Amino acid sequence: MTRSVGPTSEPQADDATKAKDVAPAAALGVGTSDIRTLLTRNLRTSGIYIAFVVVVALFAIITGGTSLSPGNITNIILQYSYILILAIGMVIVIIAGHIDLSVGSVVAVTGAVSAVLVIRHDQPWWVGVLAALAVGLLIGAWHGFWVAFVGIPAFIVTLAGMLLFRGLTLQVLDNVSLSPFTPEYGKIASGFSNGLLGGNGFDAFTLLIFAVAVVAYGYSQFRTRLARIRYNQPVPSFPLFVAQVVVVAAVVMAFAYQLATARGLPYVLVILAVLIMVYGVVTKRTVFGRQVYAIGGNLAAATLSGVKVKAVNFWIFVNMGFLAAVAGVVFSSRSNGAQPGAGNSFELDAIAAAFIGGAAVTGGVGTVVGAMVGGLLVGVMSNGMQLLGIDQSIQSMVKGLVLLLAVAFDVYNKRRAGGR
Amino acid sequence: MSDHILEMRSITKTFPGVKALSDVTLSVERGEVHAICGENGAGKSTLMKVLSGVYPAGEYDGEIVFDGQVVSFGGIRDSEHAGVVIIHQELALVPYLSIAENIFLGSEKRGRLGLIDWNLANAEAGKLLRSVGLDENPVTPVGQLGVGKQQLVEIAKALSKDVKLLILDEPTAALNDTDSAHLLGLIRGLKDQGITSIIISHKLNEIDAIADHTTIIRDGQTVETLDMADPDVTVDRIIRGMVGRALDSYYPERESHPGEEVLRVEGWTVKHPSQDRLVVDHASFDVRAGEVVGIAGLMGAGRTELAMSIFGRSYGTFVEGKIFLHGRETKARSVAEAIDAGIAYATEDRKKYGLNLIDDIARNNSAAALDKLSTRGFVDANEETKVAEEGRRSMNIKAPTVKSIVGKLSGGNQQKVVLSKWLLTDPDVLILDEPTRGIDVGAKYEIYTIINKLVAAGKAVVVISSELPELLGICDRVYTLSAGRITGQVPVAEATQERLMTLMTQEKELVG
Repeated sequence: MTRSVGPTSEPQADDATKAKDVAPAAALGVGTSDIRTLLTRNLRTSGIYIAFVVVVALFAIITGGTSLSPGNITNIILQYSYILILAIGMVIVIIAGHIDLSVGSVVAVTGAVSAVLVIRHDQPWWVGVLAALAVGLLIGAWHGFWVAFVGIPAFIVTLAGMLLFRGLTLQVLDNVSLSPFTPEYGKIASGFSNGLLGGNGFDAFTLLIFAVAVVAYGYSQFRTRLARIRYNQPVPSFPLFVAQVVVVAAVVMAFAYQLATARGLPYVLVILAVLIMVYGVVTKRTVFGRQVYAIGGNLAAATLSGVKVKAVNFWIFVNMGFLAAVAGVVFSSRSNGAQPGAGNSFELDAIAAAFIGGAAVTGGVGTVVGAMVGGLLVGVMSNGMQLLGIDQSIQSMVKGLVLLLAVAFDVYNKRRAGGR
Repeated sequence: MSDHILEMRSITKTFPGVKALSDVTLSVERGEVHAICGENGAGKSTLMKVLSGVYPAGEYDGEIVFDGQVVSFGGIRDSEHAGVVIIHQELALVPYLSIAENIFLGSEKRGRLGLIDWNLANAEAGKLLRSVGLDENPVTPVGQLGVGKQQLVEIAKALSKDVKLLILDEPTAALNDTDSAHLLGLIRGLKDQGITSIIISHKLNEIDAIADHTTIIRDGQTVETLDMADPDVTVDRIIRGMVGRALDSYYPERESHPGEEVLRVEGWTVKHPSQDRLVVDHASFDVRAGEVVGIAGLMGAGRTELAMSIFGRSYGTFVEGKIFLHGRETKARSVAEAIDAGIAYATEDRKKYGLNLIDDIARNNSAAALDKLSTRGFVDANEETKVAEEGRRSMNIKAPTVKSIVGKLSGGNQQKVVLSKWLLTDPDVLILDEPTRGIDVGAKYEIYTIINKLVAAGKAVVVISSELPELLGICDRVYTLSAGRITGQVPVAEATQERLMTLMTQEKELVG
């Protein structure tokens, strides 16, 4: 059976639109891109990096270089590590369109559980750590259950959790602080790898570790590039690629040298680096990560694409609980004890880090690296202002304004791009 | 000459790129019930929005004479002040407020100090409720009432505003037979009180029963106004007016060689998720490999609901029914299971339900088929880009790269991304819900070509469409759906628009 129904009008629109679209396709097709397209392609994501560089440079100039001194850099890392760890989990929660207000309390309760075991019951350090992580996972599952399976908004569930687990902390600690931890436990957050290979005023081992990391980075970038070429995808021109790798390597090695001349390689930096790498891959390259973005971007479309929304939401919160427990361990180790008020308002710092780092209030947008830079931006600013002796009250106001401006920038960009 | 309460003269309304109304004329006599009929998208709702000031004066051309005066409404407030009240298909009541609060929302009964006098408001509301025959306490929250009673609250609200002309847009679409009969009786009662009504409806039996005149609109133009008292004017006569459109679009040719049966649905019955009524009522149909089967139905017939409930029960509450794929029963209870079973459903609302607009083409393309593009939970980004690139080429998606953000593409190109996305799941049967809605002629042709390629490759395709010429142009068979029931099956060689429309408007006999 052949069918053709009264051809009275030809589809003339077809050719016109075709011709119009040929030009840009050819210009942007397979090939290499220069540095300008690389920077301007996504102002929204590169904006945060530019802001970070500006802030670092600004404080380096105002403080006469003190802010970039070896001791101070080490300090910033130790001081903000637990916020950054929380921000990794938080940005995933936010990408999926949720929020978690409970992480400060979870930091407190996991640290408290660990302190009770290690300090009161003389357990080895790793028993405390494992118990804290187990408690974190359970709390995450608790939140995940209510959000994913009962359908209560995360704002409410975690607000309740914030109160609940703060109270539980007081219960566990009998309303008193516990300290000090054993020296081994203390090393988690304040330990350094130093003097392993000797050195003259600097730690050679630190430099070696970083050198290995830089080489590994260069190699993986090169392999990614080759794979993209094999798939006929645009890559930066070769000189630009080399320049990119060299710049990153130089910045990282300068940073490593500063660490090496101070106290060496902090263990907590290793923990943080591993977490960033793992979660960078999880969000960018796994099916789970993809589904998180899909849920946040358009819940209905994700559901109709076969995403198991409930399961994904559940695991997002379990993961947040786990990372809050890691932060709890690091924080209790750093403060060398557990206090009833530990972790107060950490949730707000972590949320701020995610939003400053480019996550969208409406969900669907955000990156782990962005959240890290957002967190560091706040860290560098606070630290710089401390060095300058600026009052705590002003610091808080500046932080508030930065958060507001960052989100305003995001909203403005979205509107300019024509919205959703 | 008779007394006209409303005359709309030469109304023309254009949206960017589309002429929604072109030189429409409508005359309504004082104290009559005037029906407006037309296919989906004919321009009925647009015309009513012009009348009620939703599109303020200046945004359209033409003249509106109401109650003997030329009027130019700047908004709904103006039109309501003049006595024109519109009740939309989606009821505009606040569910958590009481009946009285809803009735007087925006025109609260104030007492001393400008505070609201609730005793007065509740008493007045009680009177209004009695006049519409609704026996409810005015302090009852509206959300506790059924849709039929909510409809009556809307009418009570209209009466509180000294209504002269009441416009009801599809008032019985969501009502069961008893509620519909009551509502129609009420409209007759209002007529006796001298209130003029305009009723927009797809249910031609209802129109035949209560309207004095019927104006037919087609493709944004007035076709004719029929006097319902004339014995020659029957439901068939109205249908002829509604569909009298020429087949002016072009459809690509296709050799049709239907093969084995792929999908068979038997006795499929689904309840509304929150209301106690059947949205799909014992629907049965089948599709064979290499065949395009159409589902024709008017707004509210349950087309999308039928499709979505088949697609992993993603709509409503399952009551009963069976789905067979290649002769074997499948019990897919989730979308993921439906996809695995080989069913794909491309939604009618691609922006709301089909695409993640803030993400790029490649990632949208792979959203339903990540299993195929990943190993041990890791997505192969290069492979993903490659298949997206293939999709872009074969579908002719006009975008610079597959990294382009989907929200910035034209409707036609977005629709191609949706199709490409579902083809990636390698389905046996594709259900395409309004695949050409809101896209231009050229892109429509391309979508038809893609559909032809799919059936040539042995896929089974179900097309749901409001446009009868489209169904006649691309399908092998067409099922008609009315009030959730399949009312007929017509091979396309024997199908005409009139015949389909007759089946689409076939309904159970009116009660009362």
